[in-house]
Amino acid sequence: MVPIDEVKRIADLSKLTYSPEELERFVHHFQEILDYFEHLSSAPTEGINPTYHALEAVSGTPFRTDEKRPSLACTEAVSNAPQETDCQFRVPKVIE
Amino acid sequence: MTEINHLSIRQLHNGLKRKDFSVREIASAFLGRISEVDSRVRAFITVEPERVLRDAEGLDQKLRTGEQSMGFLTGIPLALKDNIVTQGTRTTAGSRILENYMPPYSATVAQRLRSSGALILGKTNCDEFAMGSSTENSAWFATRNPWDLGRVPGGSSGGSAAAVAAAEVAAALGSDTGGSIRQPAAFCGVVGLKPTYGRVSRYGLIAFASSLDQIGPLAGTTADAAMVLQAIAGHDASDSTSASRAVDNYLVEIGRDVKGLRLGIPKEWFGSGLDRTVESSVRAAVSRLEKLGCSVVEVSLPNTEYAISTYYVVAPAEASSNLARYDAVKYGYRSPNPKDLEDMYKRSRSEGFGPEVKRRIMIGTYVLSSGYYDAYFLKASKVRTLIAEDYAKAFQEVDVLVGPTTPSLPFKLGEKTGDPLQMYLSDVYTVTANLAGIPALSMPCAITEENLPVGLQILGPHFQEGLLLRVAHALEQELGLKRPILPK
Repeated sequence: MVPIDEVKRIADLSKLTYSPEELERFVHHFQEILDYFEHLSSAPTEGINPTYHALEAVSGTPFRTDEKRPSLACTEAVSNAPQETDCQFRVPKVIE
Repeated sequence: MTEINHLSIRQLHNGLKRKDFSVREIASAFLGRISEVDSRVRAFITVEPERVLRDAEGLDQKLRTGEQSMGFLTGIPLALKDNIVTQGTRTTAGSRILENYMPPYSATVAQRLRSSGALILGKTNCDEFAMGSSTENSAWFATRNPWDLGRVPGGSSGGSAAAVAAAEVAAALGSDTGGSIRQPAAFCGVVGLKPTYGRVSRYGLIAFASSLDQIGPLAGTTADAAMVLQAIAGHDASDSTSASRAVDNYLVEIGRDVKGLRLGIPKEWFGSGLDRTVESSVRAAVSRLEKLGCSVVEVSLPNTEYAISTYYVVAPAEASSNLARYDAVKYGYRSPNPKDLEDMYKRSRSEGFGPEVKRRIMIGTYVLSSGYYDAYFLKASKVRTLIAEDYAKAFQEVDVLVGPTTPSLPFKLGEKTGDPLQMYLSDVYTVTANLAGIPALSMPCAITEENLPVGLQILGPHFQEGLLLRVAHALEQELGLKRPILPK
């Protein structure tokens, strides 16, 4: 069983919070899913390299040349910000 | 004459050329259909009738003056899944955290469709951030299956599939990370194609799992799917994973004969857990392909048993990283009156994300965290190699693989919402194509006695979308299934 403190640590890393009731429900499903993952350990992966990109070798995904090009105007870039001042993102005070 | 909204893209195109109707008349017919049925189907999150009619009139004008040439998609009404960003049109990805998000730019696929003259009628419902197999994880509402309004349309592109099935649009775009185009296509009796990873630009697709995500068409026929794919495929400098390889002419490909093609039947896909009706329908369709001159052999994909675990480690791991961007600073929901910055992050994310998205962020963070990385993420990434090798070996023996798209017929609303693992298991035949990056297509192969569609899946080697469409087109012609007018 995953200890509750471990689940809380993962929630903290994920920047998520759970109420005690939510946590109880969550832990049940979380454990069930992790148990299901267990059989992965029996897969014969000795000497096998991991895959992080399915087509790296075949698709040909060249880098583009690093040229200056127009980007979003400042007003557009902040247009969805919950709070902004003078075209800058506004957040709660960080430095005392 | 068939009503305008029940015509295929090709028929609409020919009708426009003959001046049987104008773009404006097409737009009115499809908007009328949406008004008529969408309160029951609930495929759309956003429809913009005024803008659509204005665009349609503009197109009619440009066609008259010759400013717009008449391409296959000119004047064709389409919809985009709501995780594809559209400048000036609200884009939520089915999430409360993006409730008021107004994108300042459009996805490459949206730009390409617009420049080909397509009419974008609106944005379709999906599971939140494309995480789900029933569209019930949308923060807004559940979409219904037009074949039976008590059943799910599949997911996560359930809105796109239902909109096509209910003739609210001629075709739509979805995205597929583990089956999210193919499974809803199967459940709604339409054609859905997940292209090869890198064939279609992901620029402007709200990211879920970046090494698996791919945009593709959902349409009423294979020819319609081919036309939409033709318009969106190809290299894009804005997506560093987009492939520079030339795009085939899919409409030429679908016309070619299938005689002599070798079909492989993955034996592991016909074991326990497969619904009998689905199995018999798929086997019957395979016999029809044999009749057309294809040879059929059984092949083995021995690592199928690890498919779901591998996918549900890799995809949430990538999602947990991708969704870290929702920090309530740059865009998206911010919880009111936070104590400090940390409190702002945590409360905004906890209130903005739904339960399934939070669950996947947690799984992803867990499998990537120190102490578990090797046992889960690294292990799954190695098994991913084995799964890709299974396909590579199979494609040395056969041209394409054919099997079921889903283990069951469309399930009832609410049937699996309380059990996330059961929901995950319904993706067993679809996730491996994404892990291996290969193209895969789902098409209707039968209609059951209960009047539900059965999906058949065709998979091929990288960049062989034309071959998949060719086999699907031949089977479609051979079966001659009639699309009913839905919902009843």
